[in-house]
Amino acid sequence: MAHTLPITAEPPTVQVGVNDTGIGPGGPPQGGGRDGGGGSGRAPGAVPQRAYFTGLTMGLAAILMFFMALVSAFIVRKGLSNDWRAFALPPILYLNTLILLVSSATIQMARGKLAREDLSGFRRWWAVTGVLGLLFVGGQLVAWRQLVHEGVYLATNPSSSFFYVLTAAHGVHLLGGIIVLAVIGLKNWKKARMTRSTATEMATIYWHFMDVLWIFLFLLLKLGQ
Amino acid sequence: MSAPAHTVSEHAGTPHGFIRRYIFSTDHKVIGIQYWFLALTAVSVGMTLSWLFRTHLAWPQFVIPGFGGPMRPEQYLSLVTMHGTIMIFFVLTVAPQSGFGNYFLPIQIGADDMAFPRLNMLSFWITFAAFLVLMSAFFVPGGAPLGGWTSYPPLSAVGQIAGPGQGLGETLWVISIAMFCLASLLTALNFISTTIEMRAPGMSLMRMPLTVWAWFVTAVLGLLAFGVLLAACILLLLDRLASTSFFVPAGLVFNDSQPPLAHAGGSPLLWEHLFWFFGHPEVYIAIVPAMGITSHVLSNFSRKPVFGYKAMAYSLCAIGFLSFTVWGHHMFVSGMSPYSALAFSFLTLAIGVPSAIKTFNWLGTLWGGKIQFTTPMLFAIGFVSFFVTGGLSGLFLAQPSLDMPLHDTYFVIAHFHIVMGLAAMFGIFAGTYYWFPKMFGRRMNEKLGKTHFWISFVGAYLTFMPMHWMGIEGALRRYAGPGGLGFLERMAPIQHFITIAAFITGAVQLLFYFNFFWSLRHGEKVGENPWHATTLEWSIPSPPPHGNFLTAPRVYRGPYEYSVPGFTEDYVPQHLKPEEVAQATT
Repeated sequence: MAHTLPITAEPPTVQVGVNDTGIGPGGPPQGGGRDGGGGSGRAPGAVPQRAYFTGLTMGLAAILMFFMALVSAFIVRKGLSNDWRAFALPPILYLNTLILLVSSATIQMARGKLAREDLSGFRRWWAVTGVLGLLFVGGQLVAWRQLVHEGVYLATNPSSSFFYVLTAAHGVHLLGGIIVLAVIGLKNWKKARMTRSTATEMATIYWHFMDVLWIFLFLLLKLGQ
Repeated sequence: MSAPAHTVSEHAGTPHGFIRRYIFSTDHKVIGIQYWFLALTAVSVGMTLSWLFRTHLAWPQFVIPGFGGPMRPEQYLSLVTMHGTIMIFFVLTVAPQSGFGNYFLPIQIGADDMAFPRLNMLSFWITFAAFLVLMSAFFVPGGAPLGGWTSYPPLSAVGQIAGPGQGLGETLWVISIAMFCLASLLTALNFISTTIEMRAPGMSLMRMPLTVWAWFVTAVLGLLAFGVLLAACILLLLDRLASTSFFVPAGLVFNDSQPPLAHAGGSPLLWEHLFWFFGHPEVYIAIVPAMGITSHVLSNFSRKPVFGYKAMAYSLCAIGFLSFTVWGHHMFVSGMSPYSALAFSFLTLAIGVPSAIKTFNWLGTLWGGKIQFTTPMLFAIGFVSFFVTGGLSGLFLAQPSLDMPLHDTYFVIAHFHIVMGLAAMFGIFAGTYYWFPKMFGRRMNEKLGKTHFWISFVGAYLTFMPMHWMGIEGALRRYAGPGGLGFLERMAPIQHFITIAAFITGAVQLLFYFNFFWSLRHGEKVGENPWHATTLEWSIPSPPPHGNFLTAPRVYRGPYEYSVPGFTEDYVPQHLKPEEVAQATT
């Protein structure tokens, strides 16, 4: 292998020696930093790798608020109405859920391979994860087809409206994740500002988040019928 | 000024070519100015709309060219709807947060750019596109929407049957706002990451200028609030386009010749909850940055440290937190349970505590200071005035028993225009006059600025104070005219007075435009630090080069070290080395 890979997503070396700057590891101190401290600044244009994780955390918080708004709308709309009709969820959803769970395991495998600098192993498991993701989205489309076949449309009933909205919103977010997987797999990392390990870690966190979110939504759709 | 080690053009990554530098730029300063000009364009449109409907309220029979006769009620409602939407989203959200925040947050924390510059550029262009989509609603069949800036269903959800602008115009409104939400989420994510991760050595949280605290708190509010509105917009769009029934109740009949609509079981209240869960934080998104600017400017021109810096920072956080717990006070008249209303009422009144802390600390900052009445200082004091006046009427409206009779009247118009519209606008003006020298290397004309301030300040009070009285007398808002009601017709003289005051106040804004564009070329040239200020933006050239800092900045002290005893100057900049301070101390 031509080049070694950074194994973890720790801040780059320009951060070393930073003392009481409010940007050290473990989060900024609350109200400290009176002495001004010593240490070097960043090179112009450089962003600490940890900033990407902060950005991701904020993005996930925003996504969570978006889905929680839909979920609370679901609960309120159901509670307010007398026109809520349950319908049978397509059984393929169980298979889809299983596929997504397995994909969380495979992305974890890929991450482990990268940490051990096994690039071909990483690429293999990374690709498997992407394919499983596509299978999941395909499976969700099959579930939609089956519902349409049974005459359950978007506007048939509030229960079906929420089913389509929640699955579509989750599916769009997962598709975004698949695109990111593809970019990470194909990108030339030598010229990138972000390191491959940072990108991989972030994609993994996002993927697990979407997995857990789906299980939550699935339970809501199942038990909230 | 000693020659810097490397010049501006040598700075790493300076983009070349007009388009990369000024149009599709990733430089936070260019993006900040782009947001500012977007807001200036938007406020020009919004103000013109208000002139049109104020003309109609004062002289209902007057024929405005282009309206094909006296203004019809649906035209009036379109103007009001677009005025509110433009002002709330594209002026009050864009200018103080995305505009000034983009320009000055990175500089004030000693960073060379936002954490994610390309994302930043994307945010701006989505916002810009959202504005174009909203403007296009004027030009589609049926015209602009008339559902108000809150777009309450069912009227916003059922299409053309609810009014001419409720067809395609309303659809464009929903799409525009959804785009705006997305852009604002990306901006908020960027601001938060930048504040947490990009601070220069020595810039601890408690050394950040209060402007940075304000932009940070506002970004947190935006991050948590805009996703909710985005979700609500998607559901509303589905109700409109896909015949779902999230918000539309059963059996709606609009006129006798048509059968009830096919929707069933939905709840307009659901929209109101989602909307105001966003909407209340949104009013703080508009005003919190102005609070930061006011603290910053008051300290600078009182030549005193901000009184109670920590209390100011914590009260910003408290206001931000409480803003998520009070949305129900917008819905007291919706048939809410009195117990819920009581809880929302107490929480709303609780916001008075951090607000009072801020107000007293602003007064404490002024107290005993060597006050310099510059134009930005006047506007900052104007902000405090409006914040107090509008805040006091908020105490009335926070109580359900008083809100019930006042809610649908001009009293509410007066309240939110003073506390949110005027206060935030004066914050924007304070920021513009204050930072103009940094942004363009020249000072705005002080005489014109002061004239602008005094006429705006008095004119704004003359415009909105009478509306309190009208509201208490029962003047209903959203009415295009008195509709033959005697008690409303008797208020015609007040309507004339308000319209004339609004015209004068509006006209004097032309003075601001003139001052701004004239000063760009002819204003007095200034150096790095014309206001003798302490924070990092005044340690670099005006205008700052790409990358901001010629040498990596380092911070040694808090942001408002004015009138330090023994020091030769009456201010100690944040970046001044301790040995330099020791040398200059007697």
